[in-house]
Amino acid sequence: MHLAKLRLYILVALIMGLGIGLILYKHFALGFPLSPDDKKPVWTIEARIDFVARGDPIIVSFALPPKTPGIVFIEEEFASPDYGFSELTSTSGRRAQWSKRTASGAQTAYYRLSIYDTGQSDLPDIADLPAGPEKPEFDEVFRTAAVTLLDQVRNRSANTETFTRELIATLNSNVPGQNQSLLLNEQSNEDYKTQLIINLLAMEGISARIVRGLYLQDARRRQALTNFVEVYLGGEWRLYNQKNGEIGKPKNFLIWQRGDQSLLDVVGGRNSQIAFSMIRNVHSARDLVVRNSINKQAGIIDFSIYSLPIEQQNAFKMILLLPIGALIVVIMRLLIGIRTSGTFMPILIALALIQTTLLMGIIIFLIVVGTGLLIRAYLSRLNLLFVARISAVIIVVIAIIASISIISNKLGFDQALTVTFFPMIILSWTIERMSVLWEEDGPREVLIQGGGSLLTAVIAYLFMTNRTIEYLTFNFPELMLVNLALILILGQYTGYRLTELYRFHALERRHDPGQR
Amino acid sequence: MILASVRKLKSFGIIGMNQRNFGLISRYNPRHLYPLVDDKLKTKLLAQQAGITVPKLLGTLQYQHDVKLLKEILQPHTEFVIKPVKGSGGKGILVITEVEHNLYFKPSGDAVQIADIERHVSNILSGLHSLGGKPDTVMIESLIQLDPVFANYSYEGIPDIRIIVFRGYPIMAMLRLTTHESDGKANLHQGAVGVGIDIGTGRALHAVQYGNPVSRHPDTRKTFAELSVPHWDKLLHLAAACYEMTGLGYLGADLVLDRDQGPMIIELNARPGLSIQVANAAGLAPRIAAIEPLATVDPDPLARIEFSKRRFAHTIRTDPLRVARTRSADRVVF
Repeated sequence: MHLAKLRLYILVALIMGLGIGLILYKHFALGFPLSPDDKKPVWTIEARIDFVARGDPIIVSFALPPKTPGIVFIEEEFASPDYGFSELTSTSGRRAQWSKRTASGAQTAYYRLSIYDTGQSDLPDIADLPAGPEKPEFDEVFRTAAVTLLDQVRNRSANTETFTRELIATLNSNVPGQNQSLLLNEQSNEDYKTQLIINLLAMEGISARIVRGLYLQDARRRQALTNFVEVYLGGEWRLYNQKNGEIGKPKNFLIWQRGDQSLLDVVGGRNSQIAFSMIRNVHSARDLVVRNSINKQAGIIDFSIYSLPIEQQNAFKMILLLPIGALIVVIMRLLIGIRTSGTFMPILIALALIQTTLLMGIIIFLIVVGTGLLIRAYLSRLNLLFVARISAVIIVVIAIIASISIISNKLGFDQALTVTFFPMIILSWTIERMSVLWEEDGPREVLIQGGGSLLTAVIAYLFMTNRTIEYLTFNFPELMLVNLALILILGQYTGYRLTELYRFHALERRHDPGQR
Repeated sequence: MILASVRKLKSFGIIGMNQRNFGLISRYNPRHLYPLVDDKLKTKLLAQQAGITVPKLLGTLQYQHDVKLLKEILQPHTEFVIKPVKGSGGKGILVITEVEHNLYFKPSGDAVQIADIERHVSNILSGLHSLGGKPDTVMIESLIQLDPVFANYSYEGIPDIRIIVFRGYPIMAMLRLTTHESDGKANLHQGAVGVGIDIGTGRALHAVQYGNPVSRHPDTRKTFAELSVPHWDKLLHLAAACYEMTGLGYLGADLVLDRDQGPMIIELNARPGLSIQVANAAGLAPRIAAIEPLATVDPDPLARIEFSKRRFAHTIRTDPLRVARTRSADRVVF
């Protein structure tokens, strides 16, 4: 006995653990949200490349953002009329290439990208080692200024990290010293400054590279990429904001390109320009995750309900709610002790209620069963064989349902048309059982069992229509395992049912010595 | 208080449905033995083999076309009972006490015609009253004659005695008295009176109707204080012998007292209900706990009865209706 119990508890623990484990895996590893209302911002970024063609063969090469685990690419689109297109991947990153034998006049190419952030941090790529810093070649004056500046910065810093930060801060200083002014020159544009920082760091023996990226802000147009400096420190690349020396990737910053390859090369054209515009949309997190997981062919998703056609998925949405109904029935019967007519009839009624809405469903149910009982009472006088009688009741039920549909349609209650969702065979059987119950145990028992069935059905309905429960059962079918474990445990419950506390309440009074 | 406290019920040793199903029925009643008691014909045969008195079988009907034979079978009889062989809880039982000019009279005085009886029979054959709606057989039995002892305690029906037998030991007994409200049926749900019976003496202890204590029969107004079941030892013996007969460890034996033939068994139940605790105002748990530790079951029913009488008899009190406290020594929570 004890062994059997232990075995059961181990089984329950295993099933429960497996269920919860899978749920946690899907939530944390695959990013499935636990709430149906979980939304994620999706950024749609459009890069527009404009140039003027000279009538020669044209090759446009454009750097594309790297795919990293932290960012999910939902969609990438390339558009340009009459251009050949290919996507090239090399060690220095992905590039898009448009080509055409001949063109003239203003040309435009589009690249559109939709992404969302998974919230996972990008793991540093260990293989991404820097080449040794190349000492820049400066002229004498420039060199002296650089050395002096580096000396000053070195004095004010403790290590490479603070050195880099201090260097950037010094170059950005509001009151630039003589050396800064000389180094920065008057042509102080972004790219020049980035290159200067990289060169200065190289003189110090520090490897650094340029990073171009885009600040994601809703509804911005004609944006340009922003330069950052990535410095190789203590075995990993650290991103520095070259405007203020801040370390780390800012929020909503999309890294577009690393290294000093050009962002855009246009062969056979001039006046090439690139402009970015972006827009932010909010999407259901669950949809995004499912789509992404299917794309990635994650085993647990690939072999799941999501791989079925949509129609079957919808059927499963309903089917997966049934275990919840079963759990409610188990609780109602074993813990509460409510008597129902037919063990699982309430679940079928609940399913019908889902289609008809609660109030309308209950009204229809009462009308059908009530009318059915009346007609059944007449049938019982006709002296019919049992199977013939129940078949007759089925036809009567269908006739009642048809009448309800027609009458309500004429009266303009469209809702009542959903009456067809009621399980007719089950209703007929219910009517037959209740009618027999009426004859043998009286109307009281009919009310108790009929009311019990309806109450259980309504409670099951309330649970099964709960948005969160609906969402969880469909997206985490593993919940069924948890449900199974719960039912196995409930199957062990040997305590009193709630209704028994009422049934035996007279006993308590009798045993109470204070009362007589 | 509408609800009893769990702690108190537990301390009285009241057993709930879940515990009955889990700790008694599934543990002591092997499923393959159920047909012996679910099929009343089999039970009857077994009982006859064991030398136990049962109501006389007047005939059986198994197929729909047999219904034509009904009239012929009923011809020589003026009183009889029609039962579904696999019915439960007294469902589908039709009692006819008088036949006159092709009219058949029920105990209530209502008259039915042969066509009504035929319909009832074909309903039974179709499985209306059987467990799971399976096709059933009809049995026609001789009517039990009311023992005059119960004349003042029953209304339009025959009272029956339910004895719970646990591993062969009778542990609790109840007399079910028909009332006007129960329509002559000995069914507590429908308003029959349940009278707890002292295992030791066969005397009435405590009575309930619809779960509430009563001290008189609601129709005859007769007080239960003087009620004592005759042939008590014989009844206990019959019930205890059912253990050997069926092998069921937890069973409810339904017995009746026939005026002419004395105690007989009418039905056995592998899933006896729990109302007997209410009728006795006592829980089953302490009594089961007294039997459960026994390593072996005494093969002699008489010895088991002695044991039960010794253990479960009520101490004599002046007012038997007040005796209802479980002995604290027996208060074993299991």
